[in-house]
Amino acid sequence: MNSRPDSPLAVRAEGVRKAFGKTEALRGVDLSVPRGMVYGLLGPNGAGKSTVVRILATLIRADSGTALVDGVDVARSPATVRSRIGLAGQYAAVDEYLTGRENLEMFGRLSGLRKADARTRAAELLERFDLTEAADRPSKGYSGGMRRRLDLAASLAARPPILFLDEPTTGLDPRSRLTMWSVIQDLVDDGTTVLLTTQYLEEADRLAQRIAVIDRGVVIAEGTPAELKARVGGEGLEVAVVDSADLERARSIVAGVATDEVFVDPERRRVRAAVANGPRALADVAGEIAAAGIGTEDVGLHRPTLDEVFLALTGRPADDDDGPGATDEGAP
Amino acid sequence: MNPARALRDSGIIVWRQLIQLPRIPEVLIFALIQPVMFVLLFRYVFGGAIATPGESYVNYLMPGIFAQTVAFGAVASGIGLAEDLRRGIVDRFRSLPMARSAVLVGRTVSDLVRNAVVVGVMYAVGLAVGFRPEGSIGAQLVAFGLLLLTSFAFSWIGVVIALSMKTVEAVQSAGFIWLFPLTFASSAFVPTDSMPGWLQAFADNQPFTIVVNAVRALFLAQPVGNYIWLTLAWMVGIIAVMIPLATRQYRRRSG
Repeated sequence: MNSRPDSPLAVRAEGVRKAFGKTEALRGVDLSVPRGMVYGLLGPNGAGKSTVVRILATLIRADSGTALVDGVDVARSPATVRSRIGLAGQYAAVDEYLTGRENLEMFGRLSGLRKADARTRAAELLERFDLTEAADRPSKGYSGGMRRRLDLAASLAARPPILFLDEPTTGLDPRSRLTMWSVIQDLVDDGTTVLLTTQYLEEADRLAQRIAVIDRGVVIAEGTPAELKARVGGEGLEVAVVDSADLERARSIVAGVATDEVFVDPERRRVRAAVANGPRALADVAGEIAAAGIGTEDVGLHRPTLDEVFLALTGRPADDDDGPGATDEGAP
Repeated sequence: MNPARALRDSGIIVWRQLIQLPRIPEVLIFALIQPVMFVLLFRYVFGGAIATPGESYVNYLMPGIFAQTVAFGAVASGIGLAEDLRRGIVDRFRSLPMARSAVLVGRTVSDLVRNAVVVGVMYAVGLAVGFRPEGSIGAQLVAFGLLLLTSFAFSWIGVVIALSMKTVEAVQSAGFIWLFPLTFASSAFVPTDSMPGWLQAFADNQPFTIVVNAVRALFLAQPVGNYIWLTLAWMVGIIAVMIPLATRQYRRRSG
């Protein structure tokens, strides 16, 4: 598809607002997505991620604000926008009574390809997404992972320069998730821009070059994964002791490597702190603890979770779902 | 969107729906079981007690069954669309640079084809239980044409219902409820002059009776009067109201 290299951003949104009845799903979203990368839109259920994607994909209209996709205004020229984008997501919206091949040919033709081109393209995509073997079976019988790959393939029929993936791995088993990740990575290597929504920090961290954190309908933080993690205090180190009497000694050992305050949880007999160089800190602490003769149940590193990012950025956990926009993610 | 593209995209959706048909045999089977049950029920259970002067009851009944069959097809149209909405496949269609009209037109046209098959089978079932149409081939083809027009009009009503409801279950219930009074308080199964006056006034003038009367006269070589024109007027009127309504709701849906 002919994209507009003259507009430097794949997606630009300014002050986008959307209300569903009295519920304000989006309260002024600003977004700048550079070309040729995976851009992560990270947030809990109900934060407004899907609403952003639905507006950018021309499925719904914003109440106010502007949004440009590939330099084209979604409100003024939705039909042009549709010829530049692909949309895939958690619903795996393929026809379950059609075979994988028939689905891809149908979506290819509806995207504007001629019959012969749609056929060639379908075969190509089946091959690329490892679906050739199942190509001529109805997609009803596909596994969750296969269906999700078919859904993604369907969105690529017309080679759109910009792809929206709405929670592409939600509900997938770990192995299928890994496969999806490598598939998405390949897309970007081919020059596609991907805007990906996710609830998993790990996913955004793994795939995205930049991340916007969205909460209750506004973007509350933006940056590279490293920048965001730095704001949460990097990696965490945790020690669980056998005897509560050792808690204080463990605390002082951990304090030696901590970059911030050390948290003590007497009930679960745990000591926790953010550290800068994880593996190094782990080795130091483990050595010192052994030397001090403290009995431990566990000494380990853990990556900050979405919850911790949220706690750091908003002062409340991510699963607090009662905020505005809590209902919009379930829209069909 | 240019008309050639709209035609092509609608054709692709029709192809999609029709290719599904043999793969979900239960849809076609249930579409047939219901009218077959009605035929057996009315032909052998109630028929003996219903007087149809000048005509055998089975001859009287079958045109009514054909009309009821296409009318009930509206429910299938509504449920099919509601399923597509629920599964998110309509969202995918809406994100593609395809003609916006194609999803609804493709659905109603493919349901027309399905109903044509079902009515054809019901015609054979009728012959098996003693239906002996006396109308000329031409007249019977006109009757088929009117039935298909009715099918198309009623499918659009089903589509509007599907677009107005939030769940598939609601579409199923709402899709049936209005069809019972419409098809039973009509001339489809019994002559309306056996009904109390107030009901007869409704039954004689409502569109379903008009379709049944037109189709029955054509199949049985009876004087058809104005019924063909009245049927055309009603059905074209329904289509003219429902298409803009459906299109507007489709645009607004999830927006």
